[in-house]
Amino acid sequence: MKKFDKDRLLLAFAGPALALVTAFVLTMIVLAATGVDPIDPLRIMVENAGYEDVQVLIVNQAGTYYLAALAVAIGFRMNLFNIGVDGQYRLAAMVSAVVGTAVTLPGPLHILLIVLVAMMVGAFWSGIAGVLKAKRGVSEVVSTIMLNAIATSLIAYLILPKNLGVQPEGSNDLNTGEIAQSGWFPAVDLGDGLEIYGFTFVAFALGIVYWFVLNRTRFGFDLRATGASESAAQASGVDAKKMIITSMLISGAVAGLAGMPVLLGESHTYSLSFPVGIGFTGITIALLGRNSPVGIFFAALLMAFIDKASASLDTAGYAKEIGTIMKGLIVIAVVVSYELVGRYGIRRQQQKVGEELAAGGAIKTDKEVAA
Amino acid sequence: MELHGITKRFPGVVANKDIAITVRKGTVHALVGENGAGKSTLMKILYGMQKPDEGTIAIDGEQVSFTSPGDAIARGIGMVHQHFMLADNLTVLENVVLGGEKLYGIGAKARKKIREISDAYGLGVRPDALVEDLGVADRQRVEILKVLYRGARILILDEPTAVLVPQEVDALFDNLRELKSEGLTVIFISHKLGEVLKVADDITVIRRGTTVGTADPRNTTPKQLAELMVGAELPSPETRESTVTDIPMLTVAGLTVAQGGLAPVATEDTARTPESSDTFVHEPAAGGRLLLDDVNFTIHKGEILGIAGVEGNGQTELIEALMGMSSADAGVITLDGADITKSPVRKRREGGIGYIPEDRHRHGLLLESPLWENRILGHVTEAPNSKRGVLDLKAARKDTERIVREYDVRTPGIEVTAASLSGGNQQKLIVGREMSHNPKFLIAAHPTRGVDVGAQAQIWDAIREARREGLAVLLISADLDELIGLSDTLRVIYRGRLVADADPATVTPEELGTAMTGAASGHLEATDNRSAGTDAGADSPEDEAR
Repeated sequence: MKKFDKDRLLLAFAGPALALVTAFVLTMIVLAATGVDPIDPLRIMVENAGYEDVQVLIVNQAGTYYLAALAVAIGFRMNLFNIGVDGQYRLAAMVSAVVGTAVTLPGPLHILLIVLVAMMVGAFWSGIAGVLKAKRGVSEVVSTIMLNAIATSLIAYLILPKNLGVQPEGSNDLNTGEIAQSGWFPAVDLGDGLEIYGFTFVAFALGIVYWFVLNRTRFGFDLRATGASESAAQASGVDAKKMIITSMLISGAVAGLAGMPVLLGESHTYSLSFPVGIGFTGITIALLGRNSPVGIFFAALLMAFIDKASASLDTAGYAKEIGTIMKGLIVIAVVVSYELVGRYGIRRQQQKVGEELAAGGAIKTDKEVAA
Repeated sequence: MELHGITKRFPGVVANKDIAITVRKGTVHALVGENGAGKSTLMKILYGMQKPDEGTIAIDGEQVSFTSPGDAIARGIGMVHQHFMLADNLTVLENVVLGGEKLYGIGAKARKKIREISDAYGLGVRPDALVEDLGVADRQRVEILKVLYRGARILILDEPTAVLVPQEVDALFDNLRELKSEGLTVIFISHKLGEVLKVADDITVIRRGTTVGTADPRNTTPKQLAELMVGAELPSPETRESTVTDIPMLTVAGLTVAQGGLAPVATEDTARTPESSDTFVHEPAAGGRLLLDDVNFTIHKGEILGIAGVEGNGQTELIEALMGMSSADAGVITLDGADITKSPVRKRREGGIGYIPEDRHRHGLLLESPLWENRILGHVTEAPNSKRGVLDLKAARKDTERIVREYDVRTPGIEVTAASLSGGNQQKLIVGREMSHNPKFLIAAHPTRGVDVGAQAQIWDAIREARREGLAVLLISADLDELIGLSDTLRVIYRGRLVADADPATVTPEELGTAMTGAASGHLEATDNRSAGTDAGADSPEDEAR
């Protein structure tokens, strides 16, 4: 029996490995085809990752990505594609920043309030898509994309000075005012002004919760069963409509957290320069990490590495968009290679089952024991 | 047509091994073998859907090699699939010309050609009827016509009788004889031996992927054929002693389900008597067509109630209403004294309903999940699978191993996916799972469909044993022998209502078949069928059978 497990493990690594190798080779081909040295930019990126300050940037970025990817992965496990993580976390960050600025509470309570507001706003925004899907059959892909656009416009409107925004003097930026110190999440100080956001650890801890809930609880089983086969889950006693709404709400609540590392750890305000596009990177990461908490962890680190290590490429005379190209190629390579490896795995297992049965490798059944 | 040394390997298994068949021109040649013996693979090879790894096919002495069904059609081979490939919302004419527009156009010429073929072989096909208005038997004739229209001289029929009632089978056989007399060749795949002996000129038996012999239908008995086919005697669903008690376990009263909910207009329908059954044959769906109409029955402890009926007459709706997957528009369902009409699926399962679904891939299994997860499916809230909301994987795994042992599920382990098991073993796993929670009431929908003979016998044994211990069973099956053999009581469902009942000890498949097409109702007696002629629906028995 152990043999199957080892096989499965090997296959689990084969997919990402194949995807990454393909993506890197393709990147080099693209570079070579455009007349750029295909090796040197990659060498610089690896070298950059050796610096401590870049490493801190990578870890902090990975924490943010991790949350976004978890939010996407919850949807994926249920066969829902929550493309709206991007809008959910931005709206959540903005509203929670406004609430956080408006009140002052003792330390932990202040942080808790901001986090809860963020989760509720994220859940509310994705819940709209969930209800539309459950009650009206609207594809969550379409509705969440639209909700992203609506969130963008809504934020742009709300952040106007005449509404909730503030324009700092001598600046073109708009923000929501600064949150009082009691609402700052303590960071891990590494000296030299290098800090890892405290919320990064919350993010990774959430990975453990995600694993436990999905793999060890009834609810998680129902959710995965619904994702694997809605009809079978329904026959098994899962209320599919309720499950759609519930999983969308949870996905959105986790998405709402994606803005927290930056908001609570660094910016302490929602401004026009608040990071965007994290939700989309989250999709890539969830795909690459195969919805597994460990896989997502490494995928988030990798994406953060590409982001942060490529940032200084232009000082060496290369376009820093090489990083973007790489990310794009990874998405394509992931989809193709997982499909290939997945099919191979299924074929291989059927073959093995056939062979083992033919070789008399079946578990001894009562009938045979009696005979 | 001759086949020699055909071998086809799939990963891990050899589906066909050194098959040799010679089909004489102008005959009906039957190919028999149990489920999983390799009949379908062979047919796919013949029809160009798959390429053999070894071996040759010769037609009229000429070697051929097919790479697609198109090649096979060009060679005059046509296939009638077990599952019809027709577009419901098109007319017969449109369905027939679809993809063959170049042959005779799409207009008058095509219509003329269809009439010609229909008359020549006595198919009785009306080119302008809508396919959705046709019954199963008529649809099958359209499929045959479709094949003939494309100039087929060799017809392959894959399990053509599986969906037909006995009378329709006889009609089909008349059609086949007609085809034969016109010089066409028919290859007939089946595992129903009685039928094979009735219609075939030659018989080839396939077992475990290879041809094990041929038989002459004139001097072969079904028993001999069965022994050739499975290497042993066929299991019988026969149940001897009665274990029926007088304690009601499941009571269904006035159960009514309408399409898209019960519309106010349709309420009067619930009071209708069986005699008026054809008055709403073509009632528009908007009026809330009744999928289940005032269904009443009681199943006692230790009783198996069999429901006979042509597929699509409300069986699926009945199962869904009993399981709670769809809600009843009217009526009361009582399980062991408790009203469960409004309970959700999970409550009902916890309350002691076991479920062997008609489509195990869609409703019974997570195909890509390991066996132990499939063991949890449907019983996630019950011991040993979970405690206080948290899964107990160790206990679930251990219990899966017990099921594998006790129910003879052939698998190398419980970590393999459900998809890698054969149909029979998948079904045994489901039966084992459902029986493991001491159900009070079991819904068994086509429990032995698509499973091999060995698994079939084991599943019957499991059901019989549970029945002895007081289980109440609702058995829905298309296999009339299974129904008659296993059931203590029989009811016939037709257009959503229970139109007839019968005593399984005396009723014949033919009598059941008559009632299944709506041509008989009331209590079916072995000797006479007085009520048969009085039924107003008798003249159009196949309408809307699907």
